[in-house]
Formats: sequence, structure tokens, C-alpha cells
Amino acid sequence: MNTLLNIVVQGVLLGALYGLFAMGQSLVFGVMRLTNTAHGDFIVLLVFVLFALTGFVHLPLAVAIALLLVIAFGAGYAVQYTILNRVSSRDPLPSLIVTFGLSIVIQNVLQQVFSADPRSIATGSFESKSIALAGITLGYLPLVTLAATVALAFAMQWLFGRTPLGRAFRATSDDREIVQLMGVSYRRTYALAMGVAFVLIAVAAALYSMRTAVSPTDGPALLLYAFEAVIIGGMGSFWGTFVGGMALGIAQQAGFYFDPGWGIWLGHVVFLGVLVARPQGLLPKTA
Amino acid sequence: MSILLETRGLTAFYGDFQALFGIDVTVGAGEVIALIGSNGAGKSTFLKSIAGLLRARAGHILYRGEPLDGIAPENVVGKGIALVPEGRRLFASLTVEENLLLGAYCGRPGRWNLQSIYALFPALRERRHYAATALSGGQQQMVAIGRALMSNPDLLMCDELSLGLAPVIVREIYAALPAIVGEGMSAIVVEQDVQLARRVSSRVYCFQEGRVSLSGVSADVSDEAITQAYFGAPA
Amino acid sequence: MSMHLTRSAAAFEVRRATRASRVTVACLLIVAVAVASAPWWAGRDALHDFVQLASYLVFAMMWNLLAGYGGMVSIGQQAFFGIGGYAMLILANYCGVSPFIAVPLAASIAVVIAVPVSLVAFRLEGGYFAIGTWVIAEVFRLTVANMSVLGGGSGTSLTALQDVPRALRESLTLWLALAIVAAAIGLLYVFLRSKAGLALTAMRDNAVAASSQGVDVKRARLIVYLVSACGAALAGGLYFLGNLRISPDAAFSVNWTAFGIFIVMIGGLGTLEGPIVGALIFFILNKFLSDYGTWYLIGLGALAIVVTMFFPQGLWGFVSRRFGLQLFPVGRHVVLADIEASQRRSTGGGADVLDASAATRRA
Repeated sequence: MNTLLNIVVQGVLLGALYGLFAMGQSLVFGVMRLTNTAHGDFIVLLVFVLFALTGFVHLPLAVAIALLLVIAFGAGYAVQYTILNRVSSRDPLPSLIVTFGLSIVIQNVLQQVFSADPRSIATGSFESKSIALAGITLGYLPLVTLAATVALAFAMQWLFGRTPLGRAFRATSDDREIVQLMGVSYRRTYALAMGVAFVLIAVAAALYSMRTAVSPTDGPALLLYAFEAVIIGGMGSFWGTFVGGMALGIAQQAGFYFDPGWGIWLGHVVFLGVLVARPQGLLPKTA
Repeated sequence: MSILLETRGLTAFYGDFQALFGIDVTVGAGEVIALIGSNGAGKSTFLKSIAGLLRARAGHILYRGEPLDGIAPENVVGKGIALVPEGRRLFASLTVEENLLLGAYCGRPGRWNLQSIYALFPALRERRHYAATALSGGQQQMVAIGRALMSNPDLLMCDELSLGLAPVIVREIYAALPAIVGEGMSAIVVEQDVQLARRVSSRVYCFQEGRVSLSGVSADVSDEAITQAYFGAPA
Repeated sequence: MSMHLTRSAAAFEVRRATRASRVTVACLLIVAVAVASAPWWAGRDALHDFVQLASYLVFAMMWNLLAGYGGMVSIGQQAFFGIGGYAMLILANYCGVSPFIAVPLAASIAVVIAVPVSLVAFRLEGGYFAIGTWVIAEVFRLTVANMSVLGGGSGTSLTALQDVPRALRESLTLWLALAIVAAAIGLLYVFLRSKAGLALTAMRDNAVAASSQGVDVKRARLIVYLVSACGAALAGGLYFLGNLRISPDAAFSVNWTAFGIFIVMIGGLGTLEGPIVGALIFFILNKFLSDYGTWYLIGLGALAIVVTMFFPQGLWGFVSRRFGLQLFPVGRHVVLADIEASQRRSTGGGADVLDASAATRRA
């Protein structure tokens, strides 16, 4: 019984990270129907930017992370405005090709600059600290990740539901032609949305790199986890994505428990199962 | 009466198809004009060109004497021109109140705000938190008008308010028009119902296959002249 | 004054072939004969290259069929490529089937597997369909990688041809490759010219409108998916027959899809010659530039981004539209018979239009 509880708890903690990966993608797809196959690679890119900030520029970690958030927003805004706005339309093929190209470019540039070796952020002893609760070890880092994910889910829900910007996001996603009549430029809105998504990704990147060693080619795997979390949770709601991440995390942990080789596999299979049995996801937003 | 909006030789295309062949229209300050004409005559195209949703290929649009040519659509409402688009086009993910609030996004000051809109259309106050598309056709039209009014425009353009609505609802909506334009707002009303259009406007233009086929004072123009202009002069 | 049509229906005819297409067909036949005779004059590397190129070609054509005609962009066709390879290997190594027969057999197995896969994949649409197919491919990869009987993560070798003399094996593989390519091109050409092909084009352009004209969109999509899976499996079986060694990472790599995307980017979607041109260019580029490793890939990626942004129909699409070239005529074009006469008449029509507008101004 303790093992089962442990699996669930570790799964939830892992899943929080996946939920964070997924929220950025959920936002982007929700606002501009963009399928970004470079999503995972953007996470990895920001991880390496963090490496550069702490390693080459020798900034203290907290400062580096704050700076990372700012850089991320700017980068996301720029990428969307200059490149992706051209391909953000109903036809998925151009956006797929462009983001695929971006994925290849990012992976290889990182390999050139940083070499293919995996590396992680040193946080001193923080990453290994933990507390014991009812016989289960809860690491500080996963708990912080969970807290961050919950906080951000609330923040996103508030942003979308209660602010003028959030209304602009939703309206642009509904009808990007007519929203212009209200003074909303859909091109700038898309860029803003990507900027916000990048901030979410930056938080995810920071937490991820403290937990594992990251290598330049990790991107595609993260993309798939993010995507699965979105689908399992149900498209259209941040809490859904959060729950989807949890479910994926638990599935993977269960798989790892039986055999390390089958961990990821079980996550994929659970995703497919949800797709067949309940395609709208666990917590879909009622239209 | 000073001229608020003037188009000279406005020409517009949808791809290779020419929809407007040089339109000359003027709207005075505080004036309500009507555009009539059959389907496909170019009335909606004309409004979209002014709103910037469609780029004119030739000709000029002058607003308060300054050219509007080539201006980005999101900057048009800031100048004081609001369009109530054909078919309402409400935002399905937003509630009634959120649709109205979005109308105020550009932040133009004026007498129109949530309270005054609800005073104008009381039915909306009860339903303010409903999804906008869950309302009846007439109520949706009220939301669309309210959304445009929230930007406190000086020129309100209404594209076929009566589309798909029962006559009694149409009457109710047009009954509110004087209250809307009361304090000096100009309006362009596109309407298929010719008599209704003449009643609410001071001047009327008739469009036919992308050209202005008739222009005159609403009260004075004869039914015969309108029929001829509407359908095209007989051979 | 009324406006009336001033041009009566001039004589016209509907033509299929263009001169460029006739030249192409002739060239292809010559090439086919040359390749068939290659075992007698070409070196081992050239033979191996052709088999590889054939796999690339068939895979690209099938990816193009799925995306360009079926309107379904998939990042997971490598699933069937890998199934084709592994099924061929299993049939040859463990069931005693001749590998050359195992390739088409493996393709039929892939089609059978594709049916339940499609039921799952079709739950998604557009961009999410694309990523979903990738997940499915990953499931296959991980499943095979965890099966030690198939060699697990490091793969296994095709042993069934150990006793066949090398020259004979290579010749047979080459001819099989040629046969598969010819069959693929031929079948696609016939299919796309047929009513079914027309239905596909209509469906791609506007599914709702097509459906209202009686096109069974769901069934058409399924058929395209199955055909594409079959072709991908043929390509996979062929590739690993030529390679003699298979591993999950090689078989189910997403690079195959990246390659398909690249082909489209060069060749444009929805033409038959596009993937052929694209595959040739890609193959040549790969051969000479892959030594540059990451820089080559960065260049490819950047090229993909730039081309998609500025040449949405692909480079070949741009060229063919600009110069009116269509090497494999799957469309029809109208040729007016009496050009001069209609030109004369149209100036008269112009005068009519001027008069009419003058009349309306009078009102």
C-alpha cells in the first residue's frame, strides 16, 4: 500500500513539472491554434540560456532565473512576431514545418555551442533536500515545482478570466478578424501570448534543469509529454492541463516501478487509452 | 454641416473580383445616412473598407479631412469609427458583459459605458453573465450594437441590423436608434428594408453592382427612382 | 441598356498531357532501363545507393499523398516504416519466407495494423493529429526496443540471406527496389487521375463542400491513410533489406518524417513530381554534405523555415507555377481553339461596359 501511495505521490510531483511544460503549449494552441513542434526545444534552449547565465556570466541563481524570465518573454514575443505570425493560420502544415525547422536548428546550434553532454544546474544541496512524511520522502525541489505549478495555474486562470488582456486573448482566438474592430491587433496579441507562454516555459526550464541533467536533444521527448498532458487533461482549461500532467506523471511512475524500460511507454499507452475512451479529456472546458 | 467622412472613388477587390467601382459617399457630422441595395451590391464591402478590414485598391477615405488610407484595422476604432458587423460576430468564448467590456478596449472616453448600455437595452442586464451566443438573435444584435457603442464612436456603422430577425424585434432595435445617435453621433446604416432605411435616415445612397446608382434626401426620393436604382435601369 | 455576354462559348478542348510531361515520361523510361541494367555496369555502392534512394522516394511519395491529398499531416509515418522493416525481418528470419516476398507481405501486415491505429489517431485533428501520430510511433519504438527477442535497443540482423551469393542478393534487391518505385509511381499516377483522385483533391480543398457533393470523407481519409501506411512499410522493408541490419532507433526515427517534410518543402505539396524532385535533391545533399554534421542540419532547418515562410508551395511548386510546368499531368487544362476571334470580340465587349456605367451615372 505504501508503494502505491509512493507511486502516486512521486507521480504527482513529476506530473507537476509536466503540467508546467504543458501550460505553455495549451496557451499557444488555445489562442492561436499553433502547433509548435519546437515547444520542447524551446524549454531546452531556455535551460541552456540559464546555464550560460550562471556558468559564463556567473550570476547568482536567483538573479539568473529572474533575468531568464525577462529574456524568455522577449524571445517569445520576437519569435512569434517575426516568424510564426506568418504561419499561424488554419492550415497546420506551414506551422509544423517552420517549428520543425526551428527544432532542428535549436538542437544543432546547442550541440555546436555546448556539446552534446547532458548537464544540470547546481543548486548546492537544495536539490537533494527532502522531508519525510508518513514514510514517504518528499523532495524539496519537487514540492517547490508543485507549488509553482499550482500558483501559475491560478495566475493563468485569473489572467484569462478576469483581465482585459485575457479577454483579448479569448476573443482573438474566437474571431481574429472582428477583434480588430475593437482595437486589438491580432499579430501583437499572438506575440504577447507567445511571450507569456515562454515565461511559463522558462519557469519549467529552471525547475527541470535543477532536477535532471539536460542535453540538447531532449526537446522532442518534452514536447510529447506536454502534448499528452494537454490531451489527457482536456483542451481549453489550465486546470485540465494541470490534472493531465498529474495523470501522465502517475502513469509513468507506475511504469517505471515495474521496469525502467516501460515507464515512458506506459505514459504513452495511458494517453492513447484516454484518447480512445474519453477524447475530450478528463476536465474539458464546456464550450 | 461639416463633413465627417468622405470617400472619393473608393475601389475595392476580393482577390481578382472587383466589388467596388469608385464610390463617392459623404457623411456629415450628426447625420444618419442609409445604404440600400440588393445582395452583393457592395454595401458591406464599403463598410469593411472604411473599417480597414479590406484594403482599398484605389480611391481615398477622408475622415475629418485626414486620409484613412492604408491604416491598420486595429487603429480605426481609436479614431472614433465603430462597425457593427454583419451577422453580429459576437465572441463565443465571452459572456455578454465581457463582449461589451472588450468594446471598451480602446479606452475612448464618452457617455457610453456598461451602465448606459444596460439602460438602453435592459434585457442585457439580466443576461450579462450568459455566454453571448446563448442569447436570442435580437438580444445578440443588442450586444453587438452595445459592443460598438462602448468605444464611444463619433461614427457608428451598422451592417444589416435586421438580418435574420423577426420584424417586431427589428422595430424594437431601430426604435433605440435615435437614443443612440441623439447627441451628435453620425451613423451609416446598411439596410435591405428600403422603407425602414428611409425612415431612419436623412439621406440615402443606393448601391448597385459596386456602384452608387442613386443618392438623395430620404424623404424626397421617389419609390420609382429607388426601384430603378436598386435593380439597375431597364434596357 | 443591358449588359450581356459578348463571347459565345468558343470552341475548346480539355487536354491532359503537356509537352513537358511527355518528355518526362520518356526520360523516366530510359532511366528505368538504365537502372535495371545496373548490376552489370555499376559498383556496389551505386547499387546500395539506389536502393536507399528508392526507399526515400517511396516514403516521400506516401507522405506527400497523406499530407497533400489526404490533408492529414503526420509526424508518425515512421511507425509503418519501422513495422515494414521489422515484419519483413521476422518473416524472413523466423518464418522462413524469402525476404523479397517478405517485403510486400510486411506491407500488408502494416495495413492491417494501420486500421486500429487510424481509429485512435483520427480522434485528433490538424496539428494535434500530427503529434498524436508521433506518440503512436514512439509506442511502437519503445515496444520493440523492450523486446529482447528482436534484439532490444541495439537491434538485430537479417540472417535469412546469409547463404545467398552477394552479387545475386544485391541484384535482386535492386530489381525489387525498381519494381516498388515503378509500382508506386504508376499506381499513384493512375489513382490521382481517377475519380477517386479527384474526390481527394476536392476533399483536401474543402471537406464540407466535398461531402455535400457525395464524397465520403471519412472513408476517403481512411483509404488514403491505409495506402500511405502500405507504401511506408514497403519503403521500410526495402530499406532494411538493403541494409541487412535493423534497430528501433533507425526504424522508428522521427528523422524519416523530417525528411518527408523536407521533401515537401522543396517539392511542394500535392504534385506527383514534387516528392521525386525533392527526394533526389535531398539524397544528393545528404551524400555530400552530411559530413558537416550539425552545420548541415542547421542549414537544412533554416532553409525549411525560410522556404515555408516565403514559398508556401515549396520551391518546385513555385517554379512549376511560374513556368507552367507540370511533369505528371494529373490535372486538366483548357485550351481555347479560337484565340484570335475571342480577342476581337472582347474589345467590342469593353465598349459595352463603358456605356453601361455612363448610363448609371445619369440617375
